[in-house]
Amino acid sequence: MRRPVAVRVVGPLQWIVYPALAAIAATIIFATPVQLFGLMLPEPVFPMVLAFAWPLIRPSMTAPAVLFGLGLFLDLFWNGPLGLWALCLMGVYVVILLSRNLLAGHEGVIRFAWYMACTLAAFLVAYVIVAVRAGNPPAILALIGQILPTLILYPIADWMLERFDDGDIRFR
Amino acid sequence: MTAGAPADSNPLCGRSPVAFRDGPFENLKVPLAWTAAVVAVVAMAGAALLLVSDRTTPDGGSSYGAARGAAASVTGPVSGVFAAPVRWVGAVTDYIGGYFFAVSENRRLRAEVAELEPWRDQAIALKNVNARYEAMLGLRTEPAVPMVTARAISDARGPFNRAKLVDVGASKGVRIGNPVINEHGLIGRVTGVTGGVSRMVLLTDVASRTPVLVDRTDARALLTGDGSDNPRLEFVRGAGSVQAGDRILSSGDGGGLPRGIPIGVAAKGIDGSWRVKLFSDRGAIDYVRVLLFQDFGQLIDPNALNAPPLAGLTTAPPPNAEQAGAIGDAAARRQAAAEAQAARARAAAAVAATPPATTPAAPQARPVQTRPAQPRPAAEAPSAATSPQPTPAQAPEGVT
Repeated sequence: MRRPVAVRVVGPLQWIVYPALAAIAATIIFATPVQLFGLMLPEPVFPMVLAFAWPLIRPSMTAPAVLFGLGLFLDLFWNGPLGLWALCLMGVYVVILLSRNLLAGHEGVIRFAWYMACTLAAFLVAYVIVAVRAGNPPAILALIGQILPTLILYPIADWMLERFDDGDIRFR
Repeated sequence: MTAGAPADSNPLCGRSPVAFRDGPFENLKVPLAWTAAVVAVVAMAGAALLLVSDRTTPDGGSSYGAARGAAASVTGPVSGVFAAPVRWVGAVTDYIGGYFFAVSENRRLRAEVAELEPWRDQAIALKNVNARYEAMLGLRTEPAVPMVTARAISDARGPFNRAKLVDVGASKGVRIGNPVINEHGLIGRVTGVTGGVSRMVLLTDVASRTPVLVDRTDARALLTGDGSDNPRLEFVRGAGSVQAGDRILSSGDGGGLPRGIPIGVAAKGIDGSWRVKLFSDRGAIDYVRVLLFQDFGQLIDPNALNAPPLAGLTTAPPPNAEQAGAIGDAAARRQAAAEAQAARARAAAAVAATPPATTPAAPQARPVQTRPAQPRPAAEAPSAATSPQPTPAQAPEGVT
């Protein structure tokens, strides 16, 4: 006699809503104006992880809408040009969505290389937009100071892929 | 099942979408990736539209100021709650650092106090002399600017944005454009205000432009932020007007900032450009002061400008008996002096009209003196030959 197996449904609440709220909370916490041992906290772009992981986990109509809202939140919270991060994050989402078949089955370095390329491209677009709007290019060192913490977040994206990819039994 | 079938005939769902699925689009299957791509493309278009339409208003705000204000109103208190544990950790690190570095800091502070004491004495003396000069020259000095103390509750430190949220707003009199300082120097300016929260853009923001001057040479320049910790000095006027170590102050040009607020020290950057090491970076920017300084317009009383001319003459109170007596006395003295002057002029004219025979060349009659008497020292005795009649100011007591 087979033992009953508990059916675990991984819905949008688990892989979209909760991570989005966590990204918002992390952004707010890391924006605290406090110095720890003389150093300020880093300021990574947390939703970049979601923009990379969500299209790989599963195509969805909810995910890009939430990602758009996260981008607007970043712009409003950081006082940036409205639409800047929304555009950059959506660009990453579209690229990964279109490259989904190429990325299927890859792990490790290949996947991280894609994440790094998408992150660099998003920051390049943001850099160009800000430089054109302000008539003044931002400092490269400051740019690197935000890119590196964002790249370090890749293990979170990897964990999300391992945790949620094909995790919903209704899609098997 | 048709669209007109009873809704509860379907055990799975009794609402209209099921009927729709069973309609003419029953066999239409759209890949999920396509729908996601459509949503993403629409969102990208919306983001681009927002980006194009977001403009900076002339007063330094944003065309989406209402949305930004609403976001600041919501995230401000939330930031205070979420950041509390981080603040506690920061306080613990400060405590540990203070414990281990107390001796060295005490030595440094003693040396600093010893160095600053002569400066304090000089500052007091110079302040006294400066106040006397201002009084003697009748200089119109700038009035004291009221300030509001605030706490920074959120911080954007990225390359594209350098801004802070502070926990004071329009309810405390804060307005867009107000400068913000800390105990070391200028930090930035307010660009958005809500009832209880304000947003300020730092000097290091990529969109920040601040007119400054070099304290040593009084040369003007523009402080341009680029997202790094040390903003650039651009458009420096005059060759060799900046040296490493020069103090940079706000120039007040344009009226947006008061003149003379300390900003930093000039230094050469690794890219060869002049940069400024900000004084405000000497400590954590947690507690700040918002100067309620809008522009030079606040120094002018609009009621005084709009008052009718010479309005003060019609509102002077009538003199009392003592003042009326003094006024009459002074008027009588002036009249007597004028009559004596006229009589002397007539006598001089008569003498000039009848020249003596022994005088070959009569001196030309001098015109009536109309110049006011020059002020003389009080100790100097009046000469009988040149000024036989005392002026009202010099007339002895009892002369009428």
